[in-house]
Amino acid sequence: MSSEIQSSRSVVMEKMFAHPQQKVWRALTEKALVAQWLMKNDFEPEVGRRFQLRSEPMPNWDGIIDCEVLVVEPLKELSYRWSTFGLDTVVNFTLTPTEGGTLVHMEHSGFPMDRDANYKGAMYGWQKFLGAMDKVVGELGAE
Amino acid sequence: MKSASPQHVFRALADPTRRAIFEELTRQGEQTVHALTSFAGVSQPAVSKHLTVLKKARLVRHRRAGRETHYRAQPEALAPMADWLRAYSTFWRERFDRLEALLDGMEP
Repeated sequence: MSSEIQSSRSVVMEKMFAHPQQKVWRALTEKALVAQWLMKNDFEPEVGRRFQLRSEPMPNWDGIIDCEVLVVEPLKELSYRWSTFGLDTVVNFTLTPTEGGTLVHMEHSGFPMDRDANYKGAMYGWQKFLGAMDKVVGELGAE
Repeated sequence: MKSASPQHVFRALADPTRRAIFEELTRQGEQTVHALTSFAGVSQPAVSKHLTVLKKARLVRHRRAGRETHYRAQPEALAPMADWLRAYSTFWRERFDRLEALLDGMEP
């Protein structure tokens, strides 16, 4: 068994778009455009701005993701906190101009669990995650 | 063993006492209700109630031995959490496709 302690995992997505950086940046930061590919929102590209992403409510979930803008570096980097279900994660986009387009690298990080991690390692992340959960107890309505 | 839904697991662990009990079981291994009661510092009926919720979320298992009931943690019950990664991978792949469609349709 690996002794490495892995406390969180990420989802990484990378895609080349045949469109200029300026245009991709707009799609990531103008709320009307964001609504078309991601979710309805009240986003503004200002660090510290709190906003919500709203999707269709489902049983046991109101469909709301609470966010806070962490990084805005025009045309290059956008990052926001992404909290839902008491799971506090971070989404980060970086844009790199390439010949004929823009490379978008997205990393959604801070997931507390890893099925493959050794148990101790998993517990580290788990406890960190649980700490954040205190805040949402009321909303979830503990049984 | 079938896993509980992430919501069940979240909810079960949303309560600080239940969380403490679960963490104690992961640290110490199998414990009696008796031992857990003195650890948690609440009444035994309260501990039993918490254990029932944890059991429903499949976070703990129990066995009876004589007059004592022993509980142990089920680390694999945390596996539904790992499904978040898979769910979000699918989510983002799909959204990136939509982003591409949007960009293709936008004025330059």
